[in-house]
Amino acid sequence: MQFAHSEEQQQIRASARALLSARAAPAQLRETLRTPGGYDPKLWRTLGDLGWMGLAVPEQYGGAGLGWVELCLLQEEQGRRLVASPFFATSALAAPLILLCAHEAQRRELLPRIAAGELRIACALSGSDGRPPPDGIGVSLASSVQGFTLSGVSDFVIHGDSADLLLVLARTALPQGMDGLSVAAIPVTTAGVSVYPHVMLDLTRPMSRVEFHEVSVQREQLLGEPGAAGRAVEEALDLARIALAAEALGGAEQTLEMTTAYLKERVQFGRPIGIFQALKHRVADMMTEVEAAKSAAWYAACVADERREELAEAAAIAKSYCCDAFFNCAANAIQLHGGIGFTWEHEAHLYFKRARATATLLGSPAWQRERLVRGFASGKSATPIF
Amino acid sequence: MKLGFTPKEERFRAEAAAWLEGQLSGPFRDMRGLSGQGGLPLRRREWERALGAARWSCIGWPEEYGGRDASLAEQVIFAEEYARADAPGRLGYMGVELAGPTILAFGTDAQKRRFLPPIARGEELWCQGYSEPNAGSDLASVRTRAVLGEGLEARHWVINGQKTWTSFAQFADWSFVLCRTEEGSRGHRGLSYLLIPMHQSGVTVRPIRQMTGGADFNDTFFVDARTDAENVVGAVGDGWKVAMATLSFERGVSTLAQQMSFANELRAIMSAAEANGLIQDPQIRQRLAHAYIGLRLMRYSALRMLASAEAGKLSNEAYTYKIFWASWRKKLGELALDVLGPRGEIAAGASYEWELLPRLFLGSRADTIYGGTSQIQRNIIAERALGLPRESRSS
Repeated sequence: MQFAHSEEQQQIRASARALLSARAAPAQLRETLRTPGGYDPKLWRTLGDLGWMGLAVPEQYGGAGLGWVELCLLQEEQGRRLVASPFFATSALAAPLILLCAHEAQRRELLPRIAAGELRIACALSGSDGRPPPDGIGVSLASSVQGFTLSGVSDFVIHGDSADLLLVLARTALPQGMDGLSVAAIPVTTAGVSVYPHVMLDLTRPMSRVEFHEVSVQREQLLGEPGAAGRAVEEALDLARIALAAEALGGAEQTLEMTTAYLKERVQFGRPIGIFQALKHRVADMMTEVEAAKSAAWYAACVADERREELAEAAAIAKSYCCDAFFNCAANAIQLHGGIGFTWEHEAHLYFKRARATATLLGSPAWQRERLVRGFASGKSATPIF
Repeated sequence: MKLGFTPKEERFRAEAAAWLEGQLSGPFRDMRGLSGQGGLPLRRREWERALGAARWSCIGWPEEYGGRDASLAEQVIFAEEYARADAPGRLGYMGVELAGPTILAFGTDAQKRRFLPPIARGEELWCQGYSEPNAGSDLASVRTRAVLGEGLEARHWVINGQKTWTSFAQFADWSFVLCRTEEGSRGHRGLSYLLIPMHQSGVTVRPIRQMTGGADFNDTFFVDARTDAENVVGAVGDGWKVAMATLSFERGVSTLAQQMSFANELRAIMSAAEANGLIQDPQIRQRLAHAYIGLRLMRYSALRMLASAEAGKLSNEAYTYKIFWASWRKKLGELALDVLGPRGEIAAGASYEWELLPRLFLGSRADTIYGGTSQIQRNIIAERALGLPRESRSS
């Protein structure tokens, strides 16, 4: 029992931080946000060369074979810098989905290309209302003469406009809930696929609506058995929620540091404003939330590696707590920076918007909490209260 | 990062669980689930002695003083099993968690030999003499005086003053007391950390009735009270440093035991909500989830603190832990009464005595006050952990 990052893990964090402070500083982020596709292709290539995308991919598929704890360190550091890149969608969402869902041959085809940084994958999971699957899935899968046909609309597809490959969650006609779900892996250039990028509230995570008009899909493009993807989807979503929690934690840490630094340097009434208790107490509350968020995110990452039976609960706790903490910290950052914090020029609003959008993604904090209560009210909670 | 335990540690867990189960189903059946200072004091003393006799009282201490030299992992395991067995709150808390570790860290060999074994055996109970009527948040302004006698009396400190909020004083055999030993000194300087026997004519304990109706703590008056000259921990004049170290021991494994009583309270609220149907209310469900999340996060943070403590540093999570749990528990108290509804405001009997949940509602108002108010905690976090400038303090 050692609930602290090992030396190797701290090294991963330190080198990620050094790289991103050189390559994803605020000015570079601004530049990236003006780039078509909303990410920095040069940084993406560097991360690929360094093996980031394959960090948590097992060695037999060309990855480094490390765990979710390590992947979440990269997420946390990217969260600090609001790095806009297909990393989350590709490595924290698509990769585990493929690993959990696909046949061996499909894994051997796709995972090494992810690990090599050759694939940008977008996941078309939610329907138009953006509820987390299985609710509101907008794409259906029907058998056809040649194989299968996808039709319908998916929305909130992260980096859908720059992806090479789409993982599409589709429902076969009848069943409900997590039953009867399939995942299709198709190139974004497949005939009948149209991608419409949105202008999003959060400038740092581009999303698109993707329409499927009678898209032909071969049997071997369905990951695993048709209609049997439900459980894998559930588990992959929870892993992705934990990765998002880590990212939110990084954002919260950064807003706390930004704000603390500002309170030390900004002078009013002849003194640095950090001397005033009204402001001290607000940053103290931010730090209290940040510390609890660390506990939540780090524990959940450990659970992903060591105790899968606790996964759903740890994911719900981490996703809800870290997103709330990030939002509160980002909101406080605006307030404590005063007028400058409300300008387009200052980065506080980028964090605030990212915080809001991360909270929404894959189930809001209130949704996660409801899920938790359903777990323990039905006696299904994996852990005793103590 | 590693959450799991080794086979050896799991064997230790089985041994601890078996002992606890045997005691709490056998001779101490009546003690299961007792919290705070409730129940018969005599029985609680017997429980402390039983723990001590089986060397389960202070397992982290060296064997020569009655401990087991247990590793941090083993201490965590024991705290978990103690919780799982629903074993009672510790009457020996102040000695086991505060006085003992302080003496271990700062005491002389003679002090260790004299004071540690009786704590570990559950024979001597302790209380803490820090706060005074005019030294609350501003603890460094304590005025209780201790003077070394002269001539034939030179072997004694003579203590005069008043301490307040002394929990467990009514049971305690000894107290550790922050005293001003340098005439005319002010603030942090000139203070010493004295160990004072409670059973003497110069010490009077008077219970303070709280807003809960109960009296868990006391005023303690020292009028020409005495203690041997050697009963000072650390150097004379170094008391502030020692006293602050004592406070940091409060963030150790005992926080896991404290969470056990919080879990019992949350469980009781959930049962009440299931019984009266409020478990279906969406707002109550959200609040229950918040409470559950907070409790889990306290546990994860405690595990982090233990890992940091092993690495020998006071970490960020240790600064924020107190304010986190205290704010959490106050909200839990409010949730409790909302779940109970109007019936929660009617006492069960003819006196002003309350069952677990109304007691939580009332009692939790103190959580953000004692042990450093939440306002003082925020100052400490902002100034020491985040490095914001200190306000100039009037002298």
